[in-house]
Amino acid sequence: MSDVLLALLVTVPLLTAIFPLLFGLRYENAGWPIALAGSLVVTAMASSLAWEIFTAPTEAGQRLVHEMAGYPAPYGIELVGDGLSALIALLIGVVSVAVLIYGRSTGPQTNAFYSGLLLLMGGLLGMTLTGDLFNLFVFLEIVGLVTYALVASDDSGMAAYGALKYLFLGTVGASLYLIGVGYLLVATGSLNMLDLQARIAELGYTDPLVQAAFGFILIGLMLKIAVFPLHTWQPDAYTYAPDTVSAYISALVSTTAAYALIRISFDVFTVDFFAANPLITDAVVLVASISIVVGSLLAAMQTEIKRVFAYSSVAQFGMIVVAIGLNSRTALLGAVIHLVGHGLMKATLFMGAGILSSAYGATTISDYAGLAKRSPITSGGLAVTGLALVGIPPSIGILGKWYIALGAVESGSWSVAIVIFISTLLTLTYVARIIETLYFNAPPEASHEEAAASESVDHVAAADSPVADGGHTNRVATERIVVVAVLAVSTVALFASVDLFTELLDPVFGRFFQ
Amino acid sequence: MIDFASLLTTDLVGLATTRHAYLLFVLLSTIGLYMLIANQNLVKKVIGVNMFQTGIFLFFITSAYRVGGRAPIVEGAGPYVSPLPQVIVLTAIVVGISLTAVGLALSIRLYNEYGTLRADALREVIGDE
Repeated sequence: MSDVLLALLVTVPLLTAIFPLLFGLRYENAGWPIALAGSLVVTAMASSLAWEIFTAPTEAGQRLVHEMAGYPAPYGIELVGDGLSALIALLIGVVSVAVLIYGRSTGPQTNAFYSGLLLLMGGLLGMTLTGDLFNLFVFLEIVGLVTYALVASDDSGMAAYGALKYLFLGTVGASLYLIGVGYLLVATGSLNMLDLQARIAELGYTDPLVQAAFGFILIGLMLKIAVFPLHTWQPDAYTYAPDTVSAYISALVSTTAAYALIRISFDVFTVDFFAANPLITDAVVLVASISIVVGSLLAAMQTEIKRVFAYSSVAQFGMIVVAIGLNSRTALLGAVIHLVGHGLMKATLFMGAGILSSAYGATTISDYAGLAKRSPITSGGLAVTGLALVGIPPSIGILGKWYIALGAVESGSWSVAIVIFISTLLTLTYVARIIETLYFNAPPEASHEEAAASESVDHVAAADSPVADGGHTNRVATERIVVVAVLAVSTVALFASVDLFTELLDPVFGRFFQ
Repeated sequence: MIDFASLLTTDLVGLATTRHAYLLFVLLSTIGLYMLIANQNLVKKVIGVNMFQTGIFLFFITSAYRVGGRAPIVEGAGPYVSPLPQVIVLTAIVVGISLTAVGLALSIRLYNEYGTLRADALREVIGDE
């Protein structure tokens, strides 16, 4: 019954995290190869885990369990791997490799940074694989702590401000989650997810203690996911962090928190809890729907490119949370696909924005005028991924949204389907604005003349236009552009993967919706 | 729905005398949370977070208590208090200390950069909406 692969997936990155610092004492550039090796190993293990579950002939083989230190289940901590967690683990591995290749020549290149990245990877994998509620809290805090440090790894004071804001709100979120876990412990005396499922059913789903516990866990994790109105930390953290870190945390940190919410909602509280508490279910749907609309509106109002993407995450995660409240198998399938798809798309968008910002200093939408001519591949990647985010087929973006909306219609929540439609239109407005500026707006006249003039005299900085340094182009390492192009293509290619998702997730959802 | 009539007839005196630790948990946590929100000084915000967490630790420890229970070091005859919440609190304290350290380190960086520890002043300088 014991599957060592699960334990290795968590411990390998955590242990590897020591080495960049250790070898850093002797070799200055030891961090990057070690971090890359670590994340490649993790990706390989996650793939083999997913393959093992995918090809398992029996129901039992599709839910792998590892008992930590050999203590049996309700007393010891167990790690659980099923289709759902294998999928998220694979996403973590792939995004880590992509971000590391992208970050080789940019971002903070200190050894401490690479140690932090590996620690974060270990924490995220721990959150994904654990089967114990308190263990989840510990990994949640490991992820939180490392994320604060990584956001602050940019040298600016603004990064420190964003990180501190994130720290305060993130800690409150994790603490509220801990209160919820405490209530469950008092009510049932257990912390193991599967054990809790049976004990809560015994206790009754309308027990006030159980209801309060779900409330605290929900609010705590929503703070971590950054659902409106609990999102205020998120735009600052994503905007002020170094580009590499923005790409990494926007793709993975909120994603894993949302995964944890799905896991707890359906594995611990189960669908019967939602059926017994219509008020809680309605509240989840209402808050998430507001988050979808307001997030999209705020994103459409921004001028700074990283903020546009940050607010757009608020809307996309609203969609995932709404699927939890909808209580439909189709919608949940959509939520999981969207979880993976959004992770890949946001990583690509932030990486693309990072390339344009380090090449041309372009950080606002108006700075993007005419850049498509100068860097066609990056702009193409941004455009393709942006359209995928809107949900233009064929892309993974449409799959997630489609199934969530379909689930909403199936369960009779027409309002949610309409909200998703409105948000799609709003997403189109800001994505179209970016694409229009990239491809069809002529670059400001001034920068042409300056580009010519800067060959002789460097008086570019004197011009008071927003693209004052438009004449300067810093060379961008080729591998950064390649990573963006590959990821952009993958968001399109994954359109064909819906059968894989269904097959991998079927046994998990079979347990969720008995 | 909440039954307000039964809420009023709850024995408040009994609650205060027998469940005072839980009241203290609520009080400590809310004071901490209020401090985090209302106080503009960054260091005091960190203290607020600490108080909030300490309240939660108190809740866990209280939930483990039993009359006449001994420390859960198993030798000789029981009864023992529940060991699980104690382990949880130990771990949570470690997490809390790390958070305080990171929070204070970031506060120092902000102070060196902007010369202030007040959140409202920082918002003004950074232009945060």
